[in-house]
Amino acid sequence: MDKIRNFSIIAHIDHGKSTLADRLIQFAGIVEDRNFQDQILDNMDIERERGITIKSQVVSLPYSAKDKKDYTLNLIDTPGHVDFSYEVSRSLASCEGVLLLIDAAQGVQAQTLANLYLAMEHNLEIIPVINKIDLPSADVDRVIEQIESELGLDATDHLKCSAKMGIGIEEILEAVVTRVPPPEGDPDAPLAALIFDAKYDSFRGTVIHCRVFNGTVKSGDTIRFVYNNSSYRVEEVGHFLLQREKRDRLSAGDVGYIIAGVKTVSDVRTGDTITLENRPCAKPLPGFKEVKPVVFASIYPIAADDYSDLSDSLDKFKLNDASFVYEKDSSAALGQGFRCGFLGLLHLDIVQERLEREFDLSIIISVPSVRYRFTLKDGTTLFVDNPAHYPDQMSILKGEEPYIRAAMMLPERYMGAVMKLCMEKRGVNSTLNYPTPGRAELTYEMPLAEVIFDFYDRFKSITQGYGSFDYDIIDYRESSLVLLDILVNGEKVDALSQIVHRERARTRGLQACERLKEEIPKQMFKIAIQGAIGGEIISRTTITAFRKDVIAKCYGGDISRKRKLLEKQKKGKKRMKMIGNVSIPQSAFLSVLKSDAE
Amino acid sequence: MSQPGLYIHIPFCKSKCRYCAFYSVTGCLSRTEEFLAALRQEMALSSDWTAAFDTLYIGGGTPSVLSPAQLTRMIADARRSFSIEGEAEITVEANPADITTDLLKGLLQSGVNRISMGVQSFNDALLRFLGRRHRGMQAEESVRLAQKRGFDNISLDLIYGIPGQNRKVWEDTLRRAVSLHPSHLSCYQLTVEKGTPLHQEAAQGRVLLPDENSQAEFFFFTSEFLQKEGYLHYEVSNFALPGHESRHNRKYWDHTCYLGLGPSAHSFRAHQRHWNISSVDGYSNALTTGHLPVEGKETLNQENLRMESLFLGFRTRAGICLQDYNLRFGGDLLKEKKGAIDHLVRGGFLEIKDGFLKPAIKGMAIADSLALL
Repeated sequence: MDKIRNFSIIAHIDHGKSTLADRLIQFAGIVEDRNFQDQILDNMDIERERGITIKSQVVSLPYSAKDKKDYTLNLIDTPGHVDFSYEVSRSLASCEGVLLLIDAAQGVQAQTLANLYLAMEHNLEIIPVINKIDLPSADVDRVIEQIESELGLDATDHLKCSAKMGIGIEEILEAVVTRVPPPEGDPDAPLAALIFDAKYDSFRGTVIHCRVFNGTVKSGDTIRFVYNNSSYRVEEVGHFLLQREKRDRLSAGDVGYIIAGVKTVSDVRTGDTITLENRPCAKPLPGFKEVKPVVFASIYPIAADDYSDLSDSLDKFKLNDASFVYEKDSSAALGQGFRCGFLGLLHLDIVQERLEREFDLSIIISVPSVRYRFTLKDGTTLFVDNPAHYPDQMSILKGEEPYIRAAMMLPERYMGAVMKLCMEKRGVNSTLNYPTPGRAELTYEMPLAEVIFDFYDRFKSITQGYGSFDYDIIDYRESSLVLLDILVNGEKVDALSQIVHRERARTRGLQACERLKEEIPKQMFKIAIQGAIGGEIISRTTITAFRKDVIAKCYGGDISRKRKLLEKQKKGKKRMKMIGNVSIPQSAFLSVLKSDAE
Repeated sequence: MSQPGLYIHIPFCKSKCRYCAFYSVTGCLSRTEEFLAALRQEMALSSDWTAAFDTLYIGGGTPSVLSPAQLTRMIADARRSFSIEGEAEITVEANPADITTDLLKGLLQSGVNRISMGVQSFNDALLRFLGRRHRGMQAEESVRLAQKRGFDNISLDLIYGIPGQNRKVWEDTLRRAVSLHPSHLSCYQLTVEKGTPLHQEAAQGRVLLPDENSQAEFFFFTSEFLQKEGYLHYEVSNFALPGHESRHNRKYWDHTCYLGLGPSAHSFRAHQRHWNISSVDGYSNALTTGHLPVEGKETLNQENLRMESLFLGFRTRAGICLQDYNLRFGGDLLKEKKGAIDHLVRGGFLEIKDGFLKPAIKGMAIADSLALL
């Protein structure tokens, strides 16, 4: 066990986390140079393109240290977005130390701090690493000062590197060996292993990623998930190099995988404890939380014929994304589809993009909603996450909406603007702290619905990326709610309906009309867009018809060119949804959640 | 099937207009002989086009930069290589600045019976802006001279939507054009093509182009104005006195075969379209080594042809012959697109008449969208 180190790299976005991971992997020599590609741990296209990590990854790096001993260094790469903060916390719970990576030119940033606090919560050893020292704009002295003053860390032990140039890599590995404490635990105690992720493998079923804290697990054992008491027979255990490598056993201190005939990842809960059926541990590992979707939206195929393809794709998608839930749904305007639950808007965005990319589907996503609670006059209560199921206004005794506690860290200079934004978002009960001079910690209680309504984008833009934001759902609070409908040429488009706070209804109705006017292209006929509450029209806008789109000349050589252009347009049109005689582009549905304050 | 059309592209201009994206070279008029020799070779290599042509269209570039003798010789070459009907419509494009008694005499002798004059505008400031080398008065004189010499089938090219051109300036040009009694008018909206100086200036914001709304205003105004003067608005940009529609251009719009000779010319036959090398050098080199100067070709499948039939059909006032269309592509257009067509008929964009699906004027203006119905 003293030859194992479990660590993670945490950093602000673009401070070089993936590049450093690449270099550590190359240094360990577990991949041949010719097979190497950048961002090797981010193996989804979407991760590479957006430069974000969605799924966590583990790689075990063999390392011969200067003490002439061979070590196994388990690098656990974590996702980096608020939608996935629970996954991050479980990954960090599996480590004993972190490399806190800071860009030598940009210095300490919002996520540096947010990640530092996360690491501190888990009592991890923190090794500050200053990256990009090769940049002409690098200012190492300033960063050292920030590490001391803003992070409150002892900077004497900092490391310097350039992941891009491969400078300082060995020193980092050496520091992981000498400074990250070896894991503790008793291999002979009853098994207690923390699930921090699970992936679906089409041949082997679910591959459980776990950290063993106590005990030992080997193939043939019968394991039990504490959360739902289900038992499985272990088929294989092993470590992650870049591929899975089979081992005889996983013991206390190990990070690795278990394959046990679990059919889907949904049968596994991140944060749950695995123990042995015949010798269970006394109590589960701490920190388990059931992740529940908080944002709901319906997905429809653009072409009705694609419904069964969409259904199959969602089945397959679900295999690998336990936090994604869905059920059948249908819309008067958009036909058959599915109601889906997401962890947040980024999660929704990723699901949409992956469905289109990996399953080649053109889909429409309805306006996202949170889950409201209504108490009716007859005493029944019901949860409504789909505006189409909004109860008759006359029958409602009271409506309630979910509230969150938002925790924000930001440089003091943005305080005024952020507080204004929070008030606009119906924030209440604020608290304010100054953990370090110049740095503010602000909390607000806010309706979740306001947060999904473009809060995060505006927060980031106001704080110019220096603010970090996290939230927890706290409770349901009474709220005056109404249903805002959108009519296109007099026809109600249910996928554009929203449940909104009464006081916000008019503004939201106007904004929705304006956004739609921007998103829906001019067509042959003029289009009337109206916002309505009950039968009352509260906002309206008109998209004028275009009168001419034909090009002047069309002779010998122009015809092929023109036809190709039209064929392209025709394809584009297939990506629009016809509602009545109006083609509505995909982007229009999500656009109504955006305000024009940017 | 109708008879094929023959097109010859003359890739030379004395100067390049700022809006023009057609292929042409300037400043090497000394190379016209070399080019004509290559053209003769291309004619010889195209001997598989045996059906009689009933149109010949000589465009460019500026065909009128060739000397009358060269033009006469070239047409004679074409007549030797191909069968060109006695009644054929033979058009030559000409710059008003190049019209001389000699030229007109030569053209008449060669059997040319139609001149398409690149007038573009009668406003001298706008002509300068466009980079044209003639003046408005000169254009009027040239048209009158051609008429006097016996050309009764004259088409004028005019451009609207030029930066700085308001409705009144355009109306004045139209009025002066009509007073010359041309049998045919092509009125093009100025299109900014990539790679032209105008495109660059527009991109840099140095010239302000009319917006979609004022373009539409120009379009509808032109249509009304010329219809009142007795012209039929028979295609998006083309107007003619009854019986004077361009026979040659119609072939492009209804998938009749055509053979294009010269650099960058396109040909269409048996579902295949091919186009020649654009550069004069490349064109000549291919022919000196005995090869057809084809740069590329495409074979059109049913879906390609269907799309072309729709967008080309909706560009013409005659519209789409339903029986032909259904026969060519199978099915029943009116039934398949019933909802959309009914809606467009109610909106006054289309009418169904005498077995044709015909666009109204305001339908022609959105022919592209109609094609995607």
